[in-house]
Amino acid sequence: MSEEPGDERLPPSFEERLKAARGRQGLDAPPPLSARDTGDIGGMSPWGIGLRVGVEMVSALVVAVAIGWGLDYLFGTKPILIAVFVLLGGAAGVLNVWRLFAPRPTRDRGR
Amino acid sequence: MAAGGSIDALGQFELHHALGPVGASVNFTQSNLMMVVAGLLTFGLLYLGMRPRAMVPGRLQSAAEMAYETVYNMCTETIGPEGRAYFPFVFTLFFFILFGNLLGVFPLFFTFTSHIAVTLALTVFVVGLVTWVAIRLHGWHFFSYFVPQGVPALLLPLLVPIEILSYLSRLISLSVRLFANMMAGHVMLEVFGAFVVMLGSAGIIFLLPAGFSLAVNVVLIGFELLVATLQAYVFAVLTCIYLHDAVHLH
Repeated sequence: MSEEPGDERLPPSFEERLKAARGRQGLDAPPPLSARDTGDIGGMSPWGIGLRVGVEMVSALVVAVAIGWGLDYLFGTKPILIAVFVLLGGAAGVLNVWRLFAPRPTRDRGR
Repeated sequence: MAAGGSIDALGQFELHHALGPVGASVNFTQSNLMMVVAGLLTFGLLYLGMRPRAMVPGRLQSAAEMAYETVYNMCTETIGPEGRAYFPFVFTLFFFILFGNLLGVFPLFFTFTSHIAVTLALTVFVVGLVTWVAIRLHGWHFFSYFVPQGVPALLLPLLVPIEILSYLSRLISLSVRLFANMMAGHVMLEVFGAFVVMLGSAGIIFLLPAGFSLAVNVVLIGFELLVATLQAYVFAVLTCIYLHDAVHLH
């Protein structure tokens, strides 16, 4: 954001200067702030990050327990499948958190 | 609210029939009423905003255009050029949730996004649509999504269930995030609001803490506005990311 009049005018095109001006006025604030570089977690408070990680881990576990319980109920193998699915759910939760924090290229290649 | 000296923080989430006897006969609650209001507000913003069709937009037209462009950019940047096909869906979703969240900040209004039944229904719809898009675009190849690349075949029986669970956990994480944020904010508002009433009526020496609670509530209202917008945005962005995964698979 150089404002000197003697500056070379070529590099900052009109679009860039407009963007910079809009940014200074806070007109474009919401989209860049919420950062799409790192998925959607950038620029969040520690409280927000903690909440997201907690939700990701617990939700995988909840789904796993629900599926394990349902399959147990279906097949009558009461404690076995739910135990297996709790472990799988924990692993899936860690995978979710890893996806959250993994750098973007790794994430895309890792799929 | 602060009835009989105890704080009833969850009473605000109870459903009541709206629109008198007509609403009662068809089970039309205030939650449904707010959904209709949110839909009408979105429609009103776009219809009334775009009616002048001015070259230099006025305030309302500017708001409508910015809303359109923000969501449009979110779609095309996150999903890619194919994102245009899903723009109407993401736009509807974003503004339904945004107006639902923002309406809830007003006194006496109900926040329909503070019910997990509502957010879970939205999420089931999103995940169902994403899966349908992926199957429609890729056919059977869609199921290769659950097979991580570059992994020895011996580990696949372990990793495929984990991937499937990770996929399904979107249902819970997406819905719980929105619901928990909205509910927690409103519970906090209610608790501090009850503090103001209880401390204010308790005696002269409690006026200072009562004033402090009032100040906290003022800050919380501002914070709620931020959370309301941010959560609607996060919901829409995550929908876009899921759609990106569905369109591009790997």
